[in-house]
Amino acid sequence: MEFAFTQEQEMIRDTAAAFLKDASTSAAIRAAMESDLGYSPELWQRICAEMYWQALHIPEEYGGMGLGYVELVAVLEQMGRYLLCSPYLATVGMATNALLIAASDSQKAAILPQLIEGKTATVAFNGGRSVWDASAVTATYRRESNEFTLNGDYRYVLDGHSADYLILAAREEGSRGDEGLSLFVCAGDSAGIQRSRLATMDQSRRQATIQLKDLRLPESSVMGELGTGAKPLAKILDLATIALAAEQAGGMQQILDITVDYTKSRSQFGRTIAGFQAIKHKAADMMLRNEVARSAVYYAACVADDALCAGPLASELAEAASIAKSYCSEGYFKNTGEALQMHGGVGFTWEYDVHLYFKRAKASEHFLGSSSYHRERVAVMLLDTAC
Amino acid sequence: MKLQFSPQDEAFRSEIAGWLADNLVGEFAQLKFRGGPGDEHMFPEERKRWERKLAEGGWTCVGWPQEYGGRGLPIEQQVIFFEEYARAGAPGRMGHIGEGLTGPTLIAFGSEEQKKKYLPGVLAGTEFWCQGYSEPSAGSDLANVKTKARFDEASGKWIVNGQKVWTSLAHESEYCFVIARTDPDSKAHKGLGFFLIKMDQPGVTVRPIEQITGTSEFNEVFFDDAECDASDIVGLPGEGWKVAMGLLGYERGVSTLGQQMAFQNEFNEVVALAKENGAAQDPVIRQRLADAHIGLKIMRYNSMRMLSGNSGDGSLQKEALIYKLYWATWHRDLGELAMDILGAEADILLDAPYELNRLQSLFLFTRSDTIYGGTNQIQRNIIAERGLGMPKELRPPQN
Ligand SMILES: Cc1cc2nc3c(=O)[nH]c(=O)nc-3n(C[C@H](O)[C@H](O)[C@H](O)COP(=O)(O)OP(=O)(O)OC[C@H]3O[C@@H](n4cnc5c(N)ncnc54)[C@H](O)[C@@H]3O)c2cc1C
Repeated sequence: MEFAFTQEQEMIRDTAAAFLKDASTSAAIRAAMESDLGYSPELWQRICAEMYWQALHIPEEYGGMGLGYVELVAVLEQMGRYLLCSPYLATVGMATNALLIAASDSQKAAILPQLIEGKTATVAFNGGRSVWDASAVTATYRRESNEFTLNGDYRYVLDGHSADYLILAAREEGSRGDEGLSLFVCAGDSAGIQRSRLATMDQSRRQATIQLKDLRLPESSVMGELGTGAKPLAKILDLATIALAAEQAGGMQQILDITVDYTKSRSQFGRTIAGFQAIKHKAADMMLRNEVARSAVYYAACVADDALCAGPLASELAEAASIAKSYCSEGYFKNTGEALQMHGGVGFTWEYDVHLYFKRAKASEHFLGSSSYHRERVAVMLLDTAC
Repeated sequence: MKLQFSPQDEAFRSEIAGWLADNLVGEFAQLKFRGGPGDEHMFPEERKRWERKLAEGGWTCVGWPQEYGGRGLPIEQQVIFFEEYARAGAPGRMGHIGEGLTGPTLIAFGSEEQKKKYLPGVLAGTEFWCQGYSEPSAGSDLANVKTKARFDEASGKWIVNGQKVWTSLAHESEYCFVIARTDPDSKAHKGLGFFLIKMDQPGVTVRPIEQITGTSEFNEVFFDDAECDASDIVGLPGEGWKVAMGLLGYERGVSTLGQQMAFQNEFNEVVALAKENGAAQDPVIRQRLADAHIGLKIMRYNSMRMLSGNSGDGSLQKEALIYKLYWATWHRDLGELAMDILGAEADILLDAPYELNRLQSLFLFTRSDTIYGGTNQIQRNIIAERGLGMPKELRPPQN
């Protein structure tokens, strides 16, 4: 047992922190927020060329770095901390995992190297309900000899309007639940796909709707065995959930730091407000939630590592993901809410960054399942077993 | 970063689990799951015998350095020891204050003479200790102690006068460590001494205090010209605060490690109850149970993270500041959840006049977790001041 970052992992984290502190400044975030794309393509290219984070956990045989989920989480935490606007969560935290888990060798060989070059990708699966498993999939496919025709709608697709590649979950017409589910991979601009950006309260991350109108895909676009997509989809979503939780934990750290600094600089009644116990105690609770969130995320990262390489903890993936997401979702939002309160009037302004974190916290709380959604998942594991 | 224990650690796990399975039998079988907080009044004699049994097996003071008779186990194996101990349902330790607090303090700050005199009794499970810190006007404000110790040149002894309160297990202890004022004109944390006092002497009176549970685990302790030898002060007169604070570091550190597993046993009981009486169908109860499970799981990873990369000297990293506030609050909430799962049945006692069932006792006793060892408010002050560098509380001018 050495439940701490190794020196190499610490280096990855510190390098990420230093780079993002410089690159993802308040001005940079605001510029990205105002663009249609939602991120700076130059910064994304720098990340891919200089930092190589997009390749972090892609195996070496496809040109990746062959590192693990713990390293990925170390970087994601810093991205959340500096509120990076980028297609990283969609491309790496979702689509790359989908390819690693479900794609054939030839699909991997065709697409992973392109992602390493800086192309983006995302996973579309949810037809617009607040559930985050196979039952959310409403798009359908029909087989016609060697071709598939897909129809239906997706909502909440991260970077869906701009991603170069789409991984689509669809179900055989007439199927339900886990039955008849398949994953397809295709180019984002294929004929039959209509995508449009959704206006979002959290402007630091883009979401899109995607409509499929008789999208025709060849046999070679099917990922894995036809009709058995529910299991890999569950795993993809669990891994994405852990990635998102890591971002949340990073955001929690930053909002705490920003807030404590602010309370030390603001004076009222002849002393800094940081000296008032009502403020100190809120900050202490924030630090507690912060540290606890981190323990949950690092544990989940170790489990995710095992899940990707069939290690001993692989079977704990769903539980670990739910533990991390339920804790981080609530903790991040609480902390940003307290931060807003502790900033007083300036916390309510567009000019200060507090609202950016506050909105990101609310948006990531619900994406991939809220605290209560994940608690119910845990409750099923805990309570609905025999005995 | 890795979660798995090494093969040597796992072998150690089997060794301790095997020893407990072989020895927690016969007269000791009745002690299973007994004698934790809220149940300390049960089976004191039998549990003291159990301490001797543990000592014979070499299972007391496993974290102490070998030169003082301990096993010098690395942190991982200490974790495993505490986990297996709790998993087996082995009884609450009568020796935990001596082992977890007195021993490490003497090893760090004591003289050779003190180590020779006091450590063997703790190791052997024959001498028990209590902690004489709190006083009627010194709880959270511990530096406000009034108990006085005066050195009497004629007899060559320290003479102690004053009153302690909330002293857990004082009535079962051979010794008490006491902070008292060596300089009568001093204030706050200056001018204190740290004394090792024998309980069985004419100047010491122990009076049980009845608790919220109707039972008595803590006491008032009165010192009226109680004596101890010149050599029974740890550190120099005036240095007592340093020693006392060093000790609180241990209290917050490794000695609370085994908790999660004991909490797990309690939690399992609560889950079983919810399944049995149908509360597990209630959506709100389901959420709370899941939340408690999540909280407990994370508690384990919290402590593993805090202990990783640690120097092994009992001092923990900054993250560890949150630990007491976290577990105390979690445990208190578990007590409430247990009552809410029992529903109307929660109010019905096992028997008159006031025989509580285990969950009622859990509910009532866990309220103390957020009070002793530094209240939740004091913990938050510590986190804000030491963890976040926020300004210290205003204190009255000293001296
Ligand atoms: C079951 C149990 C066992 C115990 N065992 C022992 C033992 O063996 N030995 C021993 O020495 N002591 C023991 N204690 C005593 C324990 O350490 C004290 O009760 C504790 O430190 C709190 O002190 P107090 O009771 O005087 O409360 P007070 O200090 O009077 O506190 C009352 C309230 O005021 C709040 N408060 C006080 N100061 C501040 C502040 N600066 N900022 C904000 N809020 C504040 C507290 O949080 C609390 O809510 C035990 C207590 C219990 C309940």
